[in-house]
Amino acid sequence: MSREQKLNLFRIIASLVLLVTAMLMGEEKPAYLWLCLASYAIVAYSVLWTALRNIAGGQVFDENFLMAVASLGAFFTGNYSEAVAVMVFYRIGELFEEIAVGKSRRSIAALMDIRPDHAVVLRDGVEQTVSPEQVRVGEHIVIRPGERIPLDGVVCDGTTTVNTSSLTGESLPADKTVGDTVISGCVNISGLVTVEVKSEFAESTVSKILEMVENSAEKKTRSESFITRFARYYTPCVVIAAVLLALIAPLFFAQPWNEWINRALIFLVVSCPCALVVSVPLSFFGGIGGASKLGILIKGSSYLEALSKADTVVFDKTGTLTEGSFTVTAVHPESMSEEELLSIAACAESYSTHPIAESIIKAHGRDIDKTRIGGIKELAGRGLEAEIDGQLIYVGNYRLMEEVGAKWLPCEHIGTIVHVALKNEYLGHIVISDEIKSDAKRAIKALGECGVKRTVMLTGDMKQVGEAVSKELGLSETYTELLPGDKVEVLEKLLSQEDGKHTLVFVGDGINDAPVLTRADLGIAMGALGSDAAIEAADVVLMDDKPSKIAVAIKLARKTMRIVRENIAFSLGVKGVVLLLGAAGYANMWFAVFGDVGVLIIAIINAMRALDTRRLRG
Amino acid sequence: MKKTFEFEKLGCAHCASKMETAIRKIDGVSSASINYIMKKLTIEAEDAVFDEVLSKAVKACKKIEPDCKIVL
Repeated sequence: MSREQKLNLFRIIASLVLLVTAMLMGEEKPAYLWLCLASYAIVAYSVLWTALRNIAGGQVFDENFLMAVASLGAFFTGNYSEAVAVMVFYRIGELFEEIAVGKSRRSIAALMDIRPDHAVVLRDGVEQTVSPEQVRVGEHIVIRPGERIPLDGVVCDGTTTVNTSSLTGESLPADKTVGDTVISGCVNISGLVTVEVKSEFAESTVSKILEMVENSAEKKTRSESFITRFARYYTPCVVIAAVLLALIAPLFFAQPWNEWINRALIFLVVSCPCALVVSVPLSFFGGIGGASKLGILIKGSSYLEALSKADTVVFDKTGTLTEGSFTVTAVHPESMSEEELLSIAACAESYSTHPIAESIIKAHGRDIDKTRIGGIKELAGRGLEAEIDGQLIYVGNYRLMEEVGAKWLPCEHIGTIVHVALKNEYLGHIVISDEIKSDAKRAIKALGECGVKRTVMLTGDMKQVGEAVSKELGLSETYTELLPGDKVEVLEKLLSQEDGKHTLVFVGDGINDAPVLTRADLGIAMGALGSDAAIEAADVVLMDDKPSKIAVAIKLARKTMRIVRENIAFSLGVKGVVLLLGAAGYANMWFAVFGDVGVLIIAIINAMRALDTRRLRG
Repeated sequence: MKKTFEFEKLGCAHCASKMETAIRKIDGVSSASINYIMKKLTIEAEDAVFDEVLSKAVKACKKIEPDCKIVL
């Protein structure tokens, strides 16, 4: 609590003590009125003063004014203790709101506590500590164990492990060595490394993330604008109703003034819309904050709303559901050992930079003895011809095998098949495929469980490969052999099949699917750590590359929306009931105080639940 | 030009939304938003009139909530 908040708390307690003493003493004692007045003066003077100043400034319907009128009114109708109570509880509510908002602001700030405060830069061989903004691209920075990585860059000296949990929610540290990229905002755990800076601070991952979360309020949801609009009309309407209530019955129906003024005052007490106006954005902010704790960045509360209505999820295959890197998944030699076959293929492919060649060389694992290679000739679209250990070797697809007359065998594995032949003698084949991510299957299942009806995969890959992946994962639809432009077209078609009440989510890795990401109702980019294009194009960014986070994000969005709806319904409901009972004469001032402050406190506590993501961790 | 400012003593959420509406009405402002939770004000306005817009915004906020300050 700040000094001022403590002072306010002290005032409230002092005032409460006086009020309780007065009430215990009983109304008939002469000191009763004086105690109530003293109690009132302690808590009310600042409210009265602000109300006066605001009226001078033309702000009539503000909460200070309403509370001032309500409590003064109660005084003049002889309800002294109620008059004080209105003010005391109003101040309690205000203090509570301040503390609760401050608390959630701090806990969100703690989540966002990834801003590095300094960088140690090497200039002319001397280490200088400067602020991250002052480091230029290409300079070398030194990062010690325990320090936060200040800027994005590439390790140029040393090895270490890095904790990315503040960005990805992933608790497993990642090993980094020379040539690896490190991302600002992560924490260096074990070793000292020198890093060449690749982007300026303003363009770094950490700045982008912070900017995104802090600006998330700019895109308001329907519920938020509904509440703001509602609040604009609610207060004046209730005040006018109160005035009419106070005047009509006594003037035209000869009812007692005191009684009807009291009823009107109840209206004034519940006319403050603050419970609604605070709790709705607070819930959204909590949801966004909670999501970022899980490595899910949501660019605005309106996207949280869209996410909660998702019923179709469209995936890009490569890099989203699959690893996006080719690996040798099977080696089937005819007679020689697997290792020998790989070694021959690796020699033949050793000068190629094609991803398939690279995966064979990687699978071979050892250094290639280049003296074995006599000569290599590329055969476009078919493979290559190489002289290895003085023998003529063909490595390539089945067409090449037919050409040289080798009796090739098909393979039951799905993927790209590389055949190897010695002149026209078939040696065997190597299967290369893109591995499905370990949690992809679980991700699809989890989506089904949280009510997503259609899961669609789009891929530029061959029909066989795409359909095999789709079957393995249990997707409901698959579109294969698509060119980049086709993806947008398919998406348009899928969008036109939506019913308008639900949303279509597209998930991609942000590489060359930016147009599709922007076209979908909601674009999710994944594995976006360090990919600027994805952060720009997407509405939601998954910091790691786990598809299972999509279901987590949807669940979180639904929970947040539920909290928002609960708060709206609860606050409006209670206020409505108080108004009705108040008008009918069944509610007293205490009831009204609950309708104002009690509702505010409950709504805030409920909103804070959105920040809690313990149960959502998947 | 788009700039972000911080509030001091931003009291209530309803006032924040009133301020937001008031700032949007200032000539030359193309967008304005207040993040009540982060206590931040973002104003986007034409460069030429930005300072003028800003001083009007400060006045508008002061009128709605006298204790509240924009940290410039």
